[in-house]
Formats: sequence, C-alpha cells, structure tokens
Amino acid sequence: MLEKALIGTKRYYLLLAVLGGIFALGFLFYLQQLKVGLGITGMGRDVSWGFYIAQFTYLVGVAASAVMVVLPYYLHNYKAFGRVTILGEFLAVAAVTMCVTFVLVDMGRPDRVFNVFKYPTPNSVMFWDIIVLNGYLLLNILIGWNVLECERHSVAPPKWIKFLSYVSIPWAVSIHTVTAFLYAGLPGRGYWLTAIMAPRFLSSAFAAGPSLLVLLCLLVRKYTKFDPGREQIQSLAKVVTYATLINVFFFFCEVFTVFYSQIPDHMLHFQYLFAGLQGKARLVPFMWFSIVGMTITAILLTNPKLRQNENTLAALCGMVIITTWIDKGLGLMTGGFVPNPMEKVTEYAPTVPEAFITLGVWALGFLVLTLLYKVAVSIKEEIRS
Amino acid sequence: MGMDRREFIRIAGLSTLLGLGGKGAFELLRPGQVEAAMAAKPEAQGVVRWAMVVNMQKLDEATAKKCIEACHRVHNVPDFKKPKDAKDTLPPEVLNRYEVKWLWTEHFHNAFPGEDHPNMLEKVAHLPFLLLCNHCDNPPCVRVCPTKATFRREDGIVNMDMHRCIGCRFCMAGCPFGARSFNWRDPRPYVADTFPGYPTREIGVVEKCTFCAERLAQNMLPACVEASGGALVFGDLNDEKSRVRDTLKRYFTIRRKVHLGTNPQVYYIV
Repeated sequence: MLEKALIGTKRYYLLLAVLGGIFALGFLFYLQQLKVGLGITGMGRDVSWGFYIAQFTYLVGVAASAVMVVLPYYLHNYKAFGRVTILGEFLAVAAVTMCVTFVLVDMGRPDRVFNVFKYPTPNSVMFWDIIVLNGYLLLNILIGWNVLECERHSVAPPKWIKFLSYVSIPWAVSIHTVTAFLYAGLPGRGYWLTAIMAPRFLSSAFAAGPSLLVLLCLLVRKYTKFDPGREQIQSLAKVVTYATLINVFFFFCEVFTVFYSQIPDHMLHFQYLFAGLQGKARLVPFMWFSIVGMTITAILLTNPKLRQNENTLAALCGMVIITTWIDKGLGLMTGGFVPNPMEKVTEYAPTVPEAFITLGVWALGFLVLTLLYKVAVSIKEEIRS
Repeated sequence: MGMDRREFIRIAGLSTLLGLGGKGAFELLRPGQVEAAMAAKPEAQGVVRWAMVVNMQKLDEATAKKCIEACHRVHNVPDFKKPKDAKDTLPPEVLNRYEVKWLWTEHFHNAFPGEDHPNMLEKVAHLPFLLLCNHCDNPPCVRVCPTKATFRREDGIVNMDMHRCIGCRFCMAGCPFGARSFNWRDPRPYVADTFPGYPTREIGVVEKCTFCAERLAQNMLPACVEASGGALVFGDLNDEKSRVRDTLKRYFTIRRKVHLGTNPQVYYIV
C-alpha cells in the first residue's frame, strides 16, 4: 500500500516539499541546540519546561481523541464512523510521532534516551508515559494499516485486529491520563496539583482532536475524490460540542475550588495568568482570549444551525483548536512554573530557534499525516471506482 | 541437538526480549530489589542520617557569601557573569535563566513563602537565609526521576549520577524548593579555577547540592559548614551525641514547606 504515497498530483508533491523544507529548517536549528545546549531556548531554571513539552501535552490529547471515532464504531456499532476511523487512527499516529519527537528535542541528553529502558523505574510517571505512548503508536499503526489493507481486498479484518481495536479504547484514555499524572502529582506546584487535571486533559482532548479531524475531513473532501461524509462530520461536531462544554465546566470547577478556598499556593498561578503578578503579565491577554473564546465557542456550538453550516462549523472548530492550545499549551506549562517555589516571577517566552524547532516537529508530524492520509484516501478512491 | 542459524537467531532474539522484560517485571514487583541485590552490601555500621542546622542568629551576609563561595569553588559551579574568556560573555537577560546554584540566599518571605506577615521582626525579614537541597526523607525528585539518576542513599543524602541523567528535568518540576539547576549551556568556560577534586559538568544534565558526599567519604565536613564559622551545624541525626542533635534539642527550629510531606533535613534557627 505504501506505493500509494509515492505517486500523486503536483500539488501533493508540493505539499510534501514544503513540509519537508520546514522540517529541514527546524532540524538545522536543532543541530545548533545539540551543540550549544537547551540554553538557546527561552527556558531557564525557573520555567524549566516550555514550548516543547507544551506541544507534547497538547498533541497527546489529539492522539487520544482518535478514540472518539473508534469507540462509537466498535462499541456502539455506529456504522457511519467506519468510513473515518482510519482518518482518526492515522491522525493519532502522526500526533504520537510528534509527541515522541517533542520529548526527544526537550531532552538535555538525547544520546542517553535508552537509559529509560536500561534502568526501568516504575515509580516515575515518565516511565509509564513512555510505555503507553509507544504502545498507542504501535496499536494505531497495526490497526489502521491492517484494516485498510483488508478493506482494499474486500475481506473482513482478522479477529486479532478487532481485539486490538477494543484494547486501543481504554489505551487512548490511558495516554492522556498518564500524561496528566506527570503534572498532577508534584507536591510543590499548586497550579497542577489538582485531581481534575486528567479529566480536564481528556475533555480538552476530545474537544480539540475531533475539531482537527473535522477540519481534516473537510480538506480531504475538498481536495480528493473521497468524501468522509456529511453525517460523519456532523457526529464529530456533536462530540466537539459536548467536550468543549465539559471542558469549560471543568475550568470553572477549578476556579471555584482555587478561589473559594483562598489558598495562596493555588491562587497565585491563576493570578499570574489572568491578572499578572508582581507587575508581570505577559500571558494575560492570551489567557482571557482563551477562556472567553472557548466559552463563547462552546455556547455557539450548541446552536444546531451553526453546526450544520460547514463554514461556521469549520470556524468554530478552529476556535476550539486555538483556545484549547493556549489553555493547555502556553498556560498550563508557564502557569505551573510561575511563580517559582520562592514565589518569584520569571516570565517565559520561546526564542526564535525554539519556535523553528517546534515548527519543524509540527512539519514532521504533518508530513507523516500527509503520507498516511494519501495512502488511506487513495485506497478509498480505489475501492469506490 | 542440531540447530540451524534461523533457529539460533530466533531463540537469541526471544531471550533478549525476555531478558529485558524480565528485569522490568522485577522492577515492577520489587522496585529496587534487583539493583540492590547486584550492588555490594552496605558496610556493617550504625545507620547514619545526615542533617544540617542553619543558625540564622550567627549567619550574616558576609558569612553566607563565604559559605557559597566555598561550596561553588570545590564543586566547580560556574559563574556565568564571569567568563574565563571575554568571547564567552553572555547577554544579561540569560544570566538569571542559566544560573546554577547549589547554595544561595533568599529573604524570609521567599525562603518560607506564606509564613511572613507585615509586622514581623524586621531583622529577620532581611536576613540572608541560606538555601540548599533539603535532602528530604521523602524526596519527590527521586520519585519522579525516570532513570534513578537521582537517588536517595542509606544515609539520607539525595545524590545524583550525572552520567546517567537524561536531562528531562522532571526532577526540577518535582522539587518544591527550587534546589535543582540544569546545565543550559556548557559550564566549563565559566569555572574560574577548575577544582580537581570534583568533576565539571557537560551540557544537558541536572545538578544540585550533595551534602558534600565526596568530602564526607574522606571524613571531612561539608565545605559550607567548614566556611561558616559555626553558623552551620552538620552531623548524624541518628547519633544522640552529635552536634546536630544537641542543637536541635536546645533551639526551636523551622523547616521549609513541611506541609508538603517531603520531610526536609535542613533545619533553621531563626
């Protein structure tokens, strides 16, 4: 099937070239980072995780959201999603690829990455995160590829694939839960020390991931002969609606506990993000845009007319993607580290090399996505004709 | 029994996989047991528990500075403000971000956030509280480290293997005391005189105070204690006759962020 990725239109090659070019540019900056050290980023002793880990966290969510097409299809026999499960699974593959790459670029000593396997340490959440993420990557490659191959030859997928599909459902939940546990179990970080972290991660994942999938479905329909289907897109839109509403609800649950209890260790981080602290307020406009935008988007999504119009739906999905990214990327990472354990404020902003490396990893992810979608769509077109 | 090449490779491959999985399984069921069984048995002696008391009644700005200098000199801690070669001069905005510190001072409200109040003794509010790794009994940094590069020794010292550290910085997020530093760039051009008794570091690893484990091994006191002129007291908490126990008996002491349950082993006399 891989041959399908090798032949395409001029536009397809152009897209690959552009993505490859951005990836190469990011790679050049990464070489500089390898040589000089992570000091070329905006991170420092106070904000010791930044853009890379923020993207990683966000993309784990995107990957986990594949379950939102797999679950209805396999557990509820919702046949319509049969047509888009492959898009969800391949999106998950691309997203996890980006996650793993972001972790790798964030490491101070990537040459020692295998120490994680050489000295397995189950008391570290990172150990589990590596297991569940790589497992999820493998599951989605296996399932996606085999189901597609069977579809091509008009045979039913083997039983073990069906078994793996069932396994992938709780596994998807696990990747984002474990990722939340990276943060939610640290004693000195009030912003992260909350039992609702994993639920919040899942709700924002199931809002952002299917939003991206809606946009990808619309693109696939526009530029190929394969139509993922109107009903499928509308069902995804409902998932986005509920998940965004729940995500906004969870945010306000958090705000209530933090501000009604009035515990400073927890309040200070919110104050930094939404009002500024000690005269420093770099993220304030972003955070307000994020939460106000997300709330309005959630309310608008409940209007069936706006959902059914694919133009407004696309715009709303775009808003969900941006606002959850600010909340879970920018805000979550910096907010957790500011103020620092001495209650001092050091602000964070990514540097130019850091931004290009980040862009490079995204380009790599979309390169993988383009290749996989090309295979999937070509097979679907082949079956149709 | 004859075995063809194919069969041999199959068995070798399988046993490699099992071997890896086997150790992982052991680590799951009995964490640390495999490593412990492989390591040499500890010497037969009374269990030592190192601890430090910082007597703020005796510690002034100048003494604190002397302690920090002594510590940073014998551990080759870089000073990014002072490159050996002018070509390595760094822009001022990165100095704070890159800073590596094993021992440093903070005002009371930063060292003990939330414990200060507007009417507190003014003298105390402006004292240079000497901060370092607390060598917690229940250290979150050890809990989160994915490679056991940070580990807790029998004698309570939370130490680091900087050759094993992968630079993931999970420990920096885990430490509630800001005691950990990362090598954001090559520190060597910023170490004025390399001290031969302790290794310099490469880029990309985390480091922190070790309670001078390398000096204790030679029956020497930690460098800061030696330089403190009696303001710092160090000793074995399990030895009733030790200076540290005696000091704790005679003075009321406080510790940083005890409510977090890490059980810090650096005590402060205010």
